[in-house]
Amino acid sequence: MTTINPCSAELPGTLGEAMPFLCRGAVVTLQSTLGGSVLAIAIALVVGLMASSRLRSVRGVARVYMEFFRGTSVLVQLFWLFYAMPILTGYQFDKVAAGILALGLNLGAYGSEVVRGAVQAVPPAQREAAIALNFTPYQRMRHVILPQAFVAMVPPMNNLLIELLKTTSLLSVITVADLAYQGRLLVNSGSDQLIVFALMLVIYFLFSYLITLLMRFVEGRAGRLVGRERPRRRRSAPAVEGAR
Amino acid sequence: MTTETQPGNASPAEADPQWMIRFDKVVKRFGDVTVLRELDFHVRPGERVTLIGPSGSGKTTILRLLMTLERVTSGTIEVDGQYLSHMRRGDRLVPADERHLRQVRKKVGMVFQQFNLFPNMNVLRNITEAPVRALGVPRDQAEAKARELLEMVELADKADEHPSRLSGGQQQRVAIARALAMEPEVLLLDEVTSALDPELVSGVQCLLRDIAQQGNLTLLCVTHEMRFARDISDRVLMFDQGQIVEEGDPEQIFTEPTHQRTRDFLQAVLGA
Amino acid sequence: MIWDWDWTLQILPDLLTQGLLVTVQATLGGAVLAFVLGLFLALLRRSRRAYISRPVGAVTEFIRSTPLLVQLFVVYYVLPDFGVSMTALTTGIIGLGVHYACYTAEVYRAGIDGVPKGQWEAAVALNLPRHWIWLSVVLPQAVRRSLPALGNYLVAIFKESPQLSVITVVDVMGLARELGSERFRYLEPITIAGLFFLLIAIPASILIRRMERRLDH
Ligand SMILES: Nc1ncnc2c1ncn2[C@@H]1O[C@H](COP(=O)(O)OP(=O)(O)OP(=O)(O)O)[C@@H](O)[C@H]1O
Ligand SMILES: [Mg+2]
Repeated sequence: MTTINPCSAELPGTLGEAMPFLCRGAVVTLQSTLGGSVLAIAIALVVGLMASSRLRSVRGVARVYMEFFRGTSVLVQLFWLFYAMPILTGYQFDKVAAGILALGLNLGAYGSEVVRGAVQAVPPAQREAAIALNFTPYQRMRHVILPQAFVAMVPPMNNLLIELLKTTSLLSVITVADLAYQGRLLVNSGSDQLIVFALMLVIYFLFSYLITLLMRFVEGRAGRLVGRERPRRRRSAPAVEGAR
Repeated sequence: MTTETQPGNASPAEADPQWMIRFDKVVKRFGDVTVLRELDFHVRPGERVTLIGPSGSGKTTILRLLMTLERVTSGTIEVDGQYLSHMRRGDRLVPADERHLRQVRKKVGMVFQQFNLFPNMNVLRNITEAPVRALGVPRDQAEAKARELLEMVELADKADEHPSRLSGGQQQRVAIARALAMEPEVLLLDEVTSALDPELVSGVQCLLRDIAQQGNLTLLCVTHEMRFARDISDRVLMFDQGQIVEEGDPEQIFTEPTHQRTRDFLQAVLGA
Repeated sequence: MIWDWDWTLQILPDLLTQGLLVTVQATLGGAVLAFVLGLFLALLRRSRRAYISRPVGAVTEFIRSTPLLVQLFVVYYVLPDFGVSMTALTTGIIGLGVHYACYTAEVYRAGIDGVPKGQWEAAVALNLPRHWIWLSVVLPQAVRRSLPALGNYLVAIFKESPQLSVITVVDVMGLARELGSERFRYLEPITIAGLFFLLIAIPASILIRRMERRLDH
């Protein structure tokens, strides 16, 4: 049996015509998803912890950030970063960088809410037990609260990462050559629309599925960390807008 | 939490070795509810004291104040001659900062009603984590000590087990070992057997009785189990409405209470 | 001064009338479609016939896992091939509505699951007909439970509506892009568009949070 390269131009008909381009686009989509995820998760951790702070001012800063980036749509933020900001600051982002930044800032704001909610959901008694054992505030967070909160973060984070993957398609609007961009190009240059769109959707779906598999694995590991026997086998209620 | 009044200029006799715990006119309010009203009481080093009293009389609040989980509204608390929620700055007392709190917390340990073991650590880690992180004990030393303690609470074989796989009684014994690992001078026990199934109660009580009789630990214990109170304590304090109503040795309080409140309370609890 | 106030004042009225009108149409149209279609999807999803519930479940999951933008392309480019011709705005409303129907279906589903079992049993004990139980007992309670989440999706649809500008709808974002491309200067129109979304979305979310708290108690 020979293995078939799914990105080969040798494939019959529209497949051969489209797949090389779609594959190239898919790689860009994956790269932006990865970049955006790393940034979003980093922001979510920092801002989410700030939002759980006991200090009012720190909480306030986090709140403003979260409301601001959840209050406008990614497309507007993306346009602003790429087209409007340079006029104001004179600094022009590379388009992929602008894209990743917009993804990270926006999804990071939603992620902060996930982190804050999970930290809040750890029973206060755990914090008190840690105080009684004379942990420092940092140690309480790092060794007692966060590890327990982590488990609760994974399922909503799964949803967020899928939202992030889907949102990368907007980068095509500022001409980042991702999957959506390549697909639209193919359609505009006369390839069979139905087949090209179907292929695009399937590739996006597979990526979403990949994220879910990955996060289930993480959830399983995290669950065992806090002694939960079986992880829940369910994608919890859908994402971004649910996470308040 | 605000601290309303500070005792003043006349410096109180600090570091009086006669008292391990000293409450001086302690007032504790939650909003409009006054839980403790100018409470005064003293506990000697090594003394074992049981607090009894009706629900809502402020027993848990006293222990939580001692564990610095709450702050006094006014008045002062001293543990081993050190102010708890205040510290000296010049000749004024100011609310304690985190460093001061960590300093005095070293002397106090607490066992909770609901155990509160850390679910993200196995049994051994639950016991070693605090000595390693908070006291800086080398990990192998902490582990040796932890295994000794597990031996004492008869759970040596459960060291690598996860807390959720232990029974309530076993979890509570781990929690006791965890508190002892910090080598506190004062141990606070808040209804430590009331979340346990009846058949598991006596195991934990026996363990605590042994601990009470061995060391020179100062014990402050809240319990509704009168026999247990009699077994482990030298002195019983009866609380009602944030005040001590009566105190005495267990025998006297339980057999011939002088106050009507105490009599009513004992009658209700003992169902006599 | 980098910011051009004259131009701002010149474009502001158009953005706030013409653009706003289209954005509101897109949002409300999309939301109505999403709320109605979502309810049907939820009911089909709960069908006891696996040959109905399974495919519906799979399709909604598929739509939720793929980008709205690509789905908009599909509606925009493919439907005309089948002889369906619509304005860009209608196309956009259908795209938004179908996409978010797959989300609201989950909301309704949770709402239906949240109706206490005793309610069913009481209704069955009264010997009410099955469709009557659904209409008069279960759905009203389920929809009531779903309201805050639906409110959140209304705001979400509002915030996602700028994507319609990609398929040539001239909403606030579409107009802002048009204005920007005329002078190749995007700072003012895009900033105004952004502020405009902020000013509506934030109070709306706060309102919904209030409503949620009220329903909780
Ligand atoms: N965090 C708090 N906020 C408001 N009120 C509180 C708080 N903690 C305790 N209280 C109130 O303080 C009073 C004393 O509570 P405490 O828990 O000390 O009573 P207790 O003697 O331990 O009672 P029990 O026997 O039921 O445990 C109660 O009226 C309680 O409602
Ligand atoms: Mg109590």
